[in-house]
Amino acid sequence: MAEVRISGLHKYYGPVHALKGIDLTVGDGEFAVFVGPSGCGKSTLLRTIAGLEEEDGGEIRIGGQVVNDMRPRDRNIAMVFQNYALYPFLTVYDNIAFGLRARKVGEAEIKKRVDDAAAMLGITALLERFPRQLSGGQRQRVAIGRAIVRQAQLFLFDEPLSNLDAKLRDEMRGEIKRLHKDISTTMIYVTHDQVEAMTLADRIVLLRDGRIEQQGSPLELFERPTTGFVASFLGSPSINLIPAKLVRRGQAAAVLLASGEALELPEARAAGVDAGGERAVILGIRPQHLGHAVGGPAAPGMARVSATVDLIQPTGTRTYVTSRIGGVPVTAELDAHDVHEQGAVLDYEVDMSRCLLIDPATDKVI
Amino acid sequence: MRMMAGRARRKTGKLALRYAAATIVTIIFLFPVYWLFMISFKTPDEIFHVPPLWVPGEIQFSNYWVLFKDGDVKVIWNSLVVAGTSSAIAMLLGTFCAYSLARFNTGGENLAMWIISQRMIPPIAVVFPIFLIYVYFGMVDTYAGLILLYTAFNLPYVIWMMRGYIVDIPLELEESALVDGCTRWQTFWRVVFPMARTGLMATAVFTFVFAWNDFLFALILTRTEVITFPVMLTHYFGGQSNFWAKIAAMSVLGTLPIFVAVTLMQRYLVRGISLGAVKG
Repeated sequence: MAEVRISGLHKYYGPVHALKGIDLTVGDGEFAVFVGPSGCGKSTLLRTIAGLEEEDGGEIRIGGQVVNDMRPRDRNIAMVFQNYALYPFLTVYDNIAFGLRARKVGEAEIKKRVDDAAAMLGITALLERFPRQLSGGQRQRVAIGRAIVRQAQLFLFDEPLSNLDAKLRDEMRGEIKRLHKDISTTMIYVTHDQVEAMTLADRIVLLRDGRIEQQGSPLELFERPTTGFVASFLGSPSINLIPAKLVRRGQAAAVLLASGEALELPEARAAGVDAGGERAVILGIRPQHLGHAVGGPAAPGMARVSATVDLIQPTGTRTYVTSRIGGVPVTAELDAHDVHEQGAVLDYEVDMSRCLLIDPATDKVI
Repeated sequence: MRMMAGRARRKTGKLALRYAAATIVTIIFLFPVYWLFMISFKTPDEIFHVPPLWVPGEIQFSNYWVLFKDGDVKVIWNSLVVAGTSSAIAMLLGTFCAYSLARFNTGGENLAMWIISQRMIPPIAVVFPIFLIYVYFGMVDTYAGLILLYTAFNLPYVIWMMRGYIVDIPLELEESALVDGCTRWQTFWRVVFPMARTGLMATAVFTFVFAWNDFLFALILTRTEVITFPVMLTHYFGGQSNFWAKIAAMSVLGTLPIFVAVTLMQRYLVRGISLGAVKG
């Protein structure tokens, strides 16, 4: 087990500046997830920690030790790759034992550790098989087994589930989370899938274009994103971003949509924004914070908007309803039995106390 | 029902036709080999018999016995030593070079192309300079001379082929080994080597066959000591008459090692050749 401490890390691929000064600490026993769109540098960062890429500046410490000049084998880490990286010419047993043999661990000890790991992952019956005789999920288990037996101080996962089908992915995700609970080794996990990031992480590190955009607990990032990019990356369906104007009159403030509706901000929110008169903003509303308005006046902090239903996407428990609000398509997540006909006019209730106001020039959340 | 039966019958007919065609082609191609084998077992009378005899009266080994008695079979040994050693060296060096080209991009874009271009020189064009160099260094008619030459000629081929095979090995396999505790060297032996086994076998057979079959260099660069099998064969073609019995027996002996090698490696060859074909 070990803490990972990265400071001022830079990486170039020829003229491409892949990592632009990463500062990051992953605590001992923490499960950190690097997430971001493709090309953001998350895999490069992981591979640099592993020692598979050489950094062009900065420092990496694992367990207090500077590892910059260490070979991958000396960093005492274990890594699970996207395509499993199993050796096709070795049986499952030999695949799992491979790293231990390379380190000259005794055969009796190897057998014990392989058997333990196999039991833990439920692959004891597969030990004599070859990788080609296994399903995708089984291969992934073997790959994880190979990491477990190493008893390394740090586990690295490079998009380990992206080759699996959806059902299996959910299942393996749970198993990886359980594994972390059981062995509580520090883990770093790279994915482009925000659901994986949200469900697995103690700490999400969201990267964008070689920089850390924001890091923190999943709920922190979800509820208090610092930029529009973070807000739109996390959450499913993704947050609605509506170009609008913020208008302030005395103590009160409202968001004025392009289509003319004014959505009043609750007092607590209004106090926090300093808009001298009028300024352009992007209004961010999560689909979960749009409801179906029924009878009576709007509750405090709620604003109402009417719009025509363009599209209905039922998922079983919830239904995604899309309408044009403020000139852009806006999706709301409603109850499955708020049955709505396409083309009907629907009264929406917008939870303005939880909306985000984003500066269109800087992408920063106001 | 009748339609289905008709279709099945047509299918069987097609298959029979295919087998017939394959059999005819096989016979045409195998006949010279068959004839060679038969001659090697015939007596001189039988060899020149008119009309030709399809099979000898009895299988007798006197033609082979003569080769052993005169010590001519030493040329088979010479060929084995020269072809075997040069292939082994070329495979070893070439695979290392190929790994370097494939994984570290040694020499940039062009080095690999330059290496294979070495194979495009017509051998006859360089025979004379090589001969002079060999005379100067006293390497004419030595094992070392021929081994060096065949190694040099096979290296570009080995590098080119093995580079293709190694590029095809997923990089993650090596990275995983590096993280798991292997050095680069161990990674090469424990991962790259077994992964490239098919390619190694196929390439090794080709390098061996090249050295085994070479006539040109062996003719110029040998005198008496390390004469190889193809050169020896020409000694049996006389000005007045040809020693058909010896030619046949020696040819059979010379074919056997290749036959054995190809048979043993067949499994790898079929896959190896097709892999190489795609990779070029």
